[in-house]
Amino acid sequence: MTAESWQIVFFTIEVSALSTLLILPLGIAIAWFLARRDWPGKAVVETLVMLPLFVPPVATGLVLLMLFGRRGLFGSILQRGMGLEIVFTWRAVVLAGAVMSFPLLVRTAQSAFREVNPRFEEIARTLGASEWRIFRTISLPLALRGIVAGAVLAFARAMGEFGATAVVAGMIPRKTMTISLAIYQNVQLGQDSAALPLLFVSIAIVFVTVFCGQIISRRRGAR
Amino acid sequence: MSLRLNNVRLSLAAFTLQVDATLDLPIAGIFGPSGAGKTSLLELIAGLRRPNAGSILLDSTVLSDAPASFLPPRLRRVGYVPQDLALFPHLSVRANLVYGFRVETVEDERVTLKHVVEVMELAQLLDRNVTNLSGGEQQRVAFARAILSAPRLLLLDEPMNSLDSRLKQRLVPFLFRIRDEFRIPLIYVTHDASELKSLCDEVLILEDGRVVERGVPADVLS
Repeated sequence: MTAESWQIVFFTIEVSALSTLLILPLGIAIAWFLARRDWPGKAVVETLVMLPLFVPPVATGLVLLMLFGRRGLFGSILQRGMGLEIVFTWRAVVLAGAVMSFPLLVRTAQSAFREVNPRFEEIARTLGASEWRIFRTISLPLALRGIVAGAVLAFARAMGEFGATAVVAGMIPRKTMTISLAIYQNVQLGQDSAALPLLFVSIAIVFVTVFCGQIISRRRGAR
Repeated sequence: MSLRLNNVRLSLAAFTLQVDATLDLPIAGIFGPSGAGKTSLLELIAGLRRPNAGSILLDSTVLSDAPASFLPPRLRRVGYVPQDLALFPHLSVRANLVYGFRVETVEDERVTLKHVVEVMELAQLLDRNVTNLSGGEQQRVAFARAILSAPRLLLLDEPMNSLDSRLKQRLVPFLFRIRDEFRIPLIYVTHDASELKSLCDEVLILEDGRVVERGVPADVLS
């Protein structure tokens, strides 16, 4: 492994971790609402959340490019308001990872919230607890293992993200190059020997991550 | 103290509960076979379900008056111990007990953690996890947790259902302690007539969602 390869590995881990942290608050909130509340249009929100799982990643990347480009709806606001460039920067890598892994986090956390016996929340209400206190002290701790398992899956998904990242962040060396992009580029250039170490490291990281997620899920099931 | 159920109606998929009755407390019983609507009635009183029609009054406090007013369960000060107890499994006995304890709502100086623990004989269990307790111990923790939330009325849903006869005998004095020591009125639901005869001042008999009889246990349960 060259120094450049190691830089790519650490960069990929960093942006994947950051994208996972970024989606946690919103993902948990949406998962709780989907699991515990009924409202008109819930099915639409549920479908929207799941879309990145089924839409081709390149198409998702194109949507992000249109939204976060300099002339895009959000991109222009961020550019003018905060001077933030998104596309073709490391932020776009984080954004693509976050969007693509969001459904996995929400789906897992939603089922974790559903598994919490609603009786606990009802009894907490009769004991005088507010909804926020019930969420903090009952629902969240009892669903925590499921949420952690979801976050682990989201991290693993972000680690392997390719299509959307390639479109919205490009393949810029030392700037937006992730493991997946580097493997693809090396193979395209016929440099399989440079791609192989990245392939093994990538498999090792994702294996350990998903394995940890499985262990956490099994413990949750045993409770 | 009395609880007035004024033409209260709850319509569920294949079942309708319709009750018009007054329960005189301190200990009133609700008796009936499985599926009679006993638990649904308690959930209406606790505020866990909204009635489709009618009003529920605890003395002069309107708990609900469908469809206009509905006092949420957290503001009702109506304690509820369900059949499955619903002790919070991730918390210790102590954390379960103090969950609903708020100094500002306690009017009776006897409702303190120390005193409730002493009366319900829980001192040795405080640091244990609730999932590691026996059935009788869990039952006492559930009672104590409800008492410490300083309720104006306590609803007990078949509290002895899962206990063997020896444990039932041991638990009865604790129910009298709730009434005598903490002066909390109780509504006690069961399908075992013998429990009501020894505990209640008045009994309401439910069948298929309707009140079919009401009176002193010795008369209506004979």
